[in-house]
Amino acid sequence: MKKVLGILTVLVVVSVVTASISPSFLSSYNIENLLRRSALFGIIGIGASLVIITGGIDLSIGSLICLIGCLTPWFITQVGLSAWLVVPGLLLLAAALGFTHGLLVTRLKLQPFLVTLCGLFIYRGITRGILADNTVGFGTAESGLRTLGNGRIPITDGFALPAPLLILIVVAVLAALLLRRTVWGRHLLAIGSNETAARHCGIAVDRVKIGAYALCGLLSGIGGLLFVLDTGSAQPSNFGNFYELYAIAAAVLGGCSLRGGEGTIVGVLIGATLVQVLRNSIVLIDDIPDNIEFAVIGAIILLAVIADEAVRRTVSRRKSS
Amino acid sequence: MTPASGVIEARSVSKRFGGVVALDSVTVSILPGEIVAVIGENGAGKSTLVKILCGVHPCDEGEVRIDEQPVFLAGPADAFAHGIARIPQELELCDSMTVAENLLLGREPAGQFGWVDENACRSAARNALEQVALDVPLDIAVSELGHGQRQLVAIARALDGQARVLLLDEPTATLSPTETKVLLDRIQTLKKSGAAIVLITHRLGEVEQVADRVVVLRDGHHVATLEGDQIDRDEMVRQMVGRDLEPAAMESIPPGQVRLAVQGLLSNNHPDPIHFEVKAGERIALAGLVGAGRSELLEALFGLRGRQGQVQIDQQLLPPLNPGHSVEVGIALVPEERASQGLALQRTVADNAMLPGLYREAGAFGWLAPNAGENTATEVVQKLGVRPGRTDIAAGDLSGGNQQKVVIGKWLALDPGVLLLDEPTRGVDVGAREEIHQRLRELSREGVAILFASSEMEEVLALSHRIIVMHEGRITGTLTSSEATEEEILALATGGSAA
Repeated sequence: MKKVLGILTVLVVVSVVTASISPSFLSSYNIENLLRRSALFGIIGIGASLVIITGGIDLSIGSLICLIGCLTPWFITQVGLSAWLVVPGLLLLAAALGFTHGLLVTRLKLQPFLVTLCGLFIYRGITRGILADNTVGFGTAESGLRTLGNGRIPITDGFALPAPLLILIVVAVLAALLLRRTVWGRHLLAIGSNETAARHCGIAVDRVKIGAYALCGLLSGIGGLLFVLDTGSAQPSNFGNFYELYAIAAAVLGGCSLRGGEGTIVGVLIGATLVQVLRNSIVLIDDIPDNIEFAVIGAIILLAVIADEAVRRTVSRRKSS
Repeated sequence: MTPASGVIEARSVSKRFGGVVALDSVTVSILPGEIVAVIGENGAGKSTLVKILCGVHPCDEGEVRIDEQPVFLAGPADAFAHGIARIPQELELCDSMTVAENLLLGREPAGQFGWVDENACRSAARNALEQVALDVPLDIAVSELGHGQRQLVAIARALDGQARVLLLDEPTATLSPTETKVLLDRIQTLKKSGAAIVLITHRLGEVEQVADRVVVLRDGHHVATLEGDQIDRDEMVRQMVGRDLEPAAMESIPPGQVRLAVQGLLSNNHPDPIHFEVKAGERIALAGLVGAGRSELLEALFGLRGRQGQVQIDQQLLPPLNPGHSVEVGIALVPEERASQGLALQRTVADNAMLPGLYREAGAFGWLAPNAGENTATEVVQKLGVRPGRTDIAAGDLSGGNQQKVVIGKWLALDPGVLLLDEPTRGVDVGAREEIHQRLRELSREGVAILFASSEMEEVLALSHRIIVMHEGRITGTLTSSEATEEEILALATGGSAA
């Protein structure tokens, strides 16, 4: 808990500052939107964090989102398949692609960076090829299914909870239990912390790692599905662009070490929220031009990492003296 | 712990790596309730023997038997399942995880759906710690423990996994004297409760103290087994080296000009001003326990750590935090961890040896001739007697002692006036240690000022003219080696005063 305290403070400070400059930050419309975005990015952030905990990385998340996000409306509206077939089928495909990343990383001992970088290129290329760069959308179809992404559960007159938030809560609780309370989670953390030790303790290192990549693939797929259900349409050349970086940023801000072995789901959720709040603040605060969004996010992440390192050094110095 | 009835035996095992015979028909058996020390120079085959016993390497010939039954060990996890656990020098613990999590790694008590049973975990972890009489909280990260405690956690984990045979690889190499004593005590207690223990160490004093039997390996052969009264330092050295070692005569401090002068040095690790001088031809030891600030002092002098105060090399002021400048004015640092700090293990001996002096060989625009540095590398290999005497093999393929020769040698190519060494012979066998000491003595006769930190009392006494003893970042005393005793040094190192 102590580890997420710093990032939680940053989140609160950014929120308070934005709210004091722009009153519309606290409007129920904005809050609802923010929660929806945070929930969607939280889901893919959790996927990224599982892989990062093993000491690996997944750069293919954004392209996988593009693949699933574009193929879902395409299969339903253009090929004419039933959503009951398309959704489970595509989620299975996403998990299978993650599984393949895991196989390549463990069995062929390829570097995770390379494997998933190739994934990043391949999945986007395939999607753009299939759709010939045409935007696909649901139009008026599947409004029932779309409530998973754009649904609202009214709480008071003006305020409603976005449906993806409920999905995120389910995913996050499951992931947290998996990580902290099951043998698989223990082994995942152990592998990231010291792979040789884990291997010598008889842990099936490869199997656990492959599982992490498969879960990351599945969660990217779920993310892609929800994103497109929310927006209604997708353009293959930019759908999900840079989303892997938002997911990785959420994980790292939330306390996952890129060296592996460390990370909490709560941290990732706060990290994902912080990234979305920052994007929101840039839009709302008139003095910050919108087009420098990336620069602001990059700078904030850098500052957070520097602060984290500074705190760590002070603590270890105090401990040694 | 299960009642140990069995015995583990390596019967006529042989192992070749490429064309090199690492082990030649070695037979060793270890009984329950026995501590067997395996000693030998680096490259004698100790590690190979242990790796065969714990399943890392299969043997080419011969077999491993447990309770008279031949077994095939597919790997460390498999050996562990057979009750054989190796505690390697680089402890295999997950630093960021808790003590309890580490103790039960790989065999967490689990319920349905792989749910971890927390209560069962904690009680099992507590039992495991009791076996080694270690009293630490179960919930703190292993990284917060001292090295001795970490060692005991690793041993507790092995015992809790029903290990009957413990293979300890250099368990005390990085421990302070107090920690060493605790560890050796615990090992003897475990032996009494029926564990079979194999101890690999370079510290012959410890062997004398705890071993019931000593197996001496030399060049892959089992040359002697010593028992009871035969376990004696001189005898062990004779068997390991195959000849008597001449004790080096200690020359008196030669007069010379001051080469390294330290005045009022202060740093994060050194709260009180530090003053001392090293003259040309002088060898000064920095003695103390782990955490005394010796490595940090050497690094501050070299410029790897920030410092205040004046440091002069040959009357020239040395700026802080500028290692490149330090190298130019003739100061060299041989670091403590040769594998991580001293060598690029995948690169060749030549690449490593020529690295510090490479800038001298460069032409315009940093251009290097294809054969640049080759002479330097050959000279290093010859001067220090690196074996095998080739410059084109990977540094990582050399034995520890020969790697260390390369680490020292690469600096000598620059003719440094001041040589700083941190643990110059850690993990180096007796023969290579003597060669390295010999070379250092020659260097100081040539006028080099040598300052070295060492945790080995014998080395401190044998190699230095004067001893600076440190405790928690402060100098607690300076002794003349010819008059100093181990007790005096230890008293100062633990913060007391010399009697």
